[in-house]
Amino acid sequence: MLSTVNSLDPLLKRPFSLYRWLGQDFQILYKVVGRLTNILKDKKPHDTVEIIGPLGNGFPIIKGKDKPILIGGGLGSVPLFALAESIIQQSQIPPRPPLSKPWLVEGRWEDFKPVFFIGAKTRREVLYIDALKSIRIKPIVSTDDGSLGQKGTVLSVFNKFLTSNFSVLSSHLLYACGPKPMLQELSHITKKHSLTGYIALEENMACGIGACLSCVVNTIDGFKRVCKEGPVFSMEEIIW
Amino acid sequence: MAKNKSPNLKVKIGKLILKNPVMAASGTFGYGEEYSEFVNLNKIGAVVVKGLSLLPKEGNPPPRIVETPAGMLNAIGLQNIGIENFIKDKLPFLKQFDTKIIVNFFGDSIKEYVKAAERLSSADGIHALEMNISCPNKQAGWSIFGTDPKVTSKVVHAVRKATDLTLIVKLSPNVTDIALMAKVAEDAGADAISLINTLTGMAIDIKTRKPKLANITGGLSGPAIKPVAVRMVWECRKAVRIPIIGMGGIISAEDAIEFLLAGAGAVAIGTANFINPKTMQNIIDGIRLFMIRENINDIKKLIGGLKC
Repeated sequence: MLSTVNSLDPLLKRPFSLYRWLGQDFQILYKVVGRLTNILKDKKPHDTVEIIGPLGNGFPIIKGKDKPILIGGGLGSVPLFALAESIIQQSQIPPRPPLSKPWLVEGRWEDFKPVFFIGAKTRREVLYIDALKSIRIKPIVSTDDGSLGQKGTVLSVFNKFLTSNFSVLSSHLLYACGPKPMLQELSHITKKHSLTGYIALEENMACGIGACLSCVVNTIDGFKRVCKEGPVFSMEEIIW
Repeated sequence: MAKNKSPNLKVKIGKLILKNPVMAASGTFGYGEEYSEFVNLNKIGAVVVKGLSLLPKEGNPPPRIVETPAGMLNAIGLQNIGIENFIKDKLPFLKQFDTKIIVNFFGDSIKEYVKAAERLSSADGIHALEMNISCPNKQAGWSIFGTDPKVTSKVVHAVRKATDLTLIVKLSPNVTDIALMAKVAEDAGADAISLINTLTGMAIDIKTRKPKLANITGGLSGPAIKPVAVRMVWECRKAVRIPIIGMGGIISAEDAIEFLLAGAGAVAIGTANFINPKTMQNIIDGIRLFMIRENINDIKKLIGGLKC
């Protein structure tokens, strides 16, 4: 939860996902959409903001042979970068195989490397492709207007991929984040193909620590708080 | 005069002696647990827990909040775990701390109010009850508990008979004459009143033409409502003798002192807890500092100190 200091308007902190951990530091990635982000964009180095965090859970990384599939829609791609990085670190695969023995890791690397779908409205809004290169992931990019990558929504591209790779993918784990309608559609797709996975949700929230009960989502076990039990939920537990 | 002596911040609300006049407002502090990682609960005057009913309640569908200029609208819908679960799972945790535990509760009928008050009074460790007769997010018809003086009198009378604990009645600002409601509560046996609950409000998305809250209307809180709340505390102060717990948009020690001067014997912090979990501690420190600077040795000299 982040706010500018001593502000009455905007009043409440806003939830942001963490983009990247860089040792002691971390980065957030935001789009200027409202009052708080408008103030944020005018901040200069060494200006102060107020942050409480990290809060809530994160994506569970399940070790195994399966190749993770990451799907990010628009700004929803933000929390998936750190996930991709963690998956690679936890799979204990060096980001670059030693030049002398490329065969040592190359096979395993391909097995574990996440398949990463990134979608956005237009070229300008496609996030962090260069950063992904540094961890040797080549994403499957799509834009609604076709200005970069394949033309279409991230889900239409994912759907195409699914049809041609279904046998390979049936046991693989999905991770997704994006606008609500996208995640809802995705859950229909995954249900149809008996796929499972995790999604990160966003809701209006006031406190971020589980007290105000603002950010609830409907699940098979009743309302759960996005800030505390979430923001990551398994796809099957959300009632849309 | 011992100028450097720490000023006395103790206040009395009914049978309760609070170490300082700052408490957490119901609905903004969960059951205390949620904030315990951030706040030293031993430092604050009292914790008023999220409103409880006999049976658990699911609350309203989301979106449940929306921010408005210097305020927020909420329509949580009194989601709570129910009195039994609170006593079993949450109260033992709260009891570890050196603070007063005030339980906010509500019912859907006078009978339910009485039953809830009886059950809470029989539990060990609860110091006072705050009767919620003023939630703006309950179904139509419920609001009569807090807006029809006859019904208010009846329900407070009934609960008074059911408990020996300090009884606080939380008043609605959504009435024509809050001083009258304060008097009704006092006459019916309340030991104290707390005010204000949130003001009913509404916000609309002009593109979709839909209300921003699933519940359509919600309760407005935050700094935006503070002047209204201060005025209402002042009006009630003139009408009743029992202590008033003042609240509504307090975010700083200066805000809290305004309420004390208007006649509040204690203050509750609500929305500001969301903005910064340490707000209450800052306010307590700020009040103390103000008193030292102004050479005021006892908080009672601030309470009702308005000159006009």
